[in-house]
Amino acid sequence: MSLIETHELRRVYDLDSGRVVALDHASLSVEKGDFVAVMGPSGSGKSTFMNLIGCLDKPTSGHYRLAGTAVESLDANGLARLRNREIGFVFQQFNLLPRIDALGNVELPMVYAGVDKKTRRERALHALGRVGLAERAHHRPMQLSGGQQQRVAIARALVNSPSLLLADEPTGALDSRTAIEILALFQELNREGVTIVLVTHDADVGRHARRLIRFKDGKILEDHRQTPLDARELLVAETAA
Amino acid sequence: MRFVEAIRSALSAIAANALRSLLTMLGIVIGVAAVIAMVAIGSGARNLVDQQIRSLGANLAIVTPGNVTQGGARLGAGASSTLTDEDADAIRREIDGVTAAAPFVQGTVQVIAGGNNWGTRIYAIDLDWFAAREWDVATGRTFDPEEVRRGDIVVILGQTVAKNLFGEEDPIDQVVRVRNVPFRVIGVMAAKGQSAFGQDQDDVIFVPLDAGRRRVIGRNYAKDRSVGSIFVKFANEEDIEPGIENMTTLLRQRHRVIGDQEDDFSIRNLTEIANTASASANTLSMLLAAVAAVSLLVGGIGIMNIMLVSVTERTREIGLRLAVGARPRDILSQFLIEATTLSTIGGALGVALGAGAAYLVARIAGWPSLVSPNAVIIAVGFSALVGIFFGFYPAQRAAKLDPIEALRRE
Repeated sequence: MSLIETHELRRVYDLDSGRVVALDHASLSVEKGDFVAVMGPSGSGKSTFMNLIGCLDKPTSGHYRLAGTAVESLDANGLARLRNREIGFVFQQFNLLPRIDALGNVELPMVYAGVDKKTRRERALHALGRVGLAERAHHRPMQLSGGQQQRVAIARALVNSPSLLLADEPTGALDSRTAIEILALFQELNREGVTIVLVTHDADVGRHARRLIRFKDGKILEDHRQTPLDARELLVAETAA
Repeated sequence: MRFVEAIRSALSAIAANALRSLLTMLGIVIGVAAVIAMVAIGSGARNLVDQQIRSLGANLAIVTPGNVTQGGARLGAGASSTLTDEDADAIRREIDGVTAAAPFVQGTVQVIAGGNNWGTRIYAIDLDWFAAREWDVATGRTFDPEEVRRGDIVVILGQTVAKNLFGEEDPIDQVVRVRNVPFRVIGVMAAKGQSAFGQDQDDVIFVPLDAGRRRVIGRNYAKDRSVGSIFVKFANEEDIEPGIENMTTLLRQRHRVIGDQEDDFSIRNLTEIANTASASANTLSMLLAAVAAVSLLVGGIGIMNIMLVSVTERTREIGLRLAVGARPRDILSQFLIEATTLSTIGGALGVALGAGAAYLVARIAGWPSLVSPNAVIIAVGFSALVGIFFGFYPAQRAAKLDPIEALRRE
């Protein structure tokens, strides 16, 4: 059984200007442990696809199973629970809560999972350790650099041990070197077994995935495996130069 | 999310916008402070009135001499003593619900004991006095029936008189001279404090009715059996009104007042006077409570307004919370708890402010005030309710947000 299975997934928006088919009969599956880049220009349907895969939205028609659960049959509470357990989100704008420190931000998904305070603290510290920020646990987002903030967001995404890490333009707000560092972290996590779906419009970013899916006009245009560019090597090369 | 954590998170959200939160609370603070202060002052005033009713004696009416017309000249009330202790006996005997009818004569005298002397009021009374006024001796004893019947020269002192004449000494069995008549002290009354009119009710001495009439006060009471006034005590409050009517009929008969001739006496319902005062104190508190309720309402609207602003400002936060697994009702309760925490803190501040104001009024104006635990509980509870009521709509708006839209919002 694949982690993600979509069948004829379709999403239609009824706007004032008429009906817009944002996603048209998308069928694909993603295996556990894969690293998939979803690419395409704006309006290609990649964001709609991500919202559906991320259980933030429901398809107009078609079927979607995530880790064996039929998503289209769930209500708002069921979707919330599925997001909480199975998906970790990483956003372009980090979306950290400014009032609470890194540790508190990482704890947030566990708060809604009903994990007790002590366990939360331990797991959040461990997750921060995984992204190399254990010493910054009590810094507030404002006191961290962009790259560090994104690492906190990644730790937050990992903390409930979800089956899928869903990243939406995770390097879009970072400078190129920091972007490569974040990609290196993704590759490292992927090697440890985390399934990653990364949505981007940037071809350089997409080259770091093992599989590339390209959308155009709401349809899957291209879907192939590739030899990923190793971000660690890029960093070493850059430091040497 | 657990409740304690939700409150802690609400507190940090409130603290993040401390000034704004404080200004938002102000409506509630003022409303609650008004309720607390007004209820405190109002119930203090009511307590004062109650106390005065109690110190007077409950269910009491007083019969006083009225106008007398002598040869075409109408003399003012009290100019002539038209009442007698036989009238008192008749009232006691014939009027339903009367438990005591206490005729008395009063005057002002100088009391001498050894080297000390003291000017005070003297009441010449019979045994019913003690029942009518609900007042007894603290030390010694009251008159026995024989002493009253014979008009023995014995005296009971009020606390103030006892203190001024004898200091710490025990006055019982000492002799005091009143108008050169040596009275033996047989008792000291219990302390009664100030009257409704600020008079020291303990600055008084009591002697048997006939002793007073014959040997001390004299004056208009030469006609042996006449008395100044009669206190009439009823068993129940409902007995008073019909009792007063019956007394009027009875006394008109006894005094041979006929037809449309004016009464030569007047009867006042003292309990009613006190009740009226109490009722106006009540009306005042109700009015103030209404004002306070309006200001709580305004405060509630202020909270709703600021919560709507907060929901808009924190749309992305809401989107993120939804993305990481918050259910709509988690968001609802988060904002509801925030609104309620805000209003409850406002309520608590209001209680403190109101209690302080009540205390200040009590100190400055010399009014008694009473911050009742009930009023505090109701005020805080009510402000929490205001938070829930006015917080619900903004919270519901937050909970209904679409996570995708919310995350995209700048």
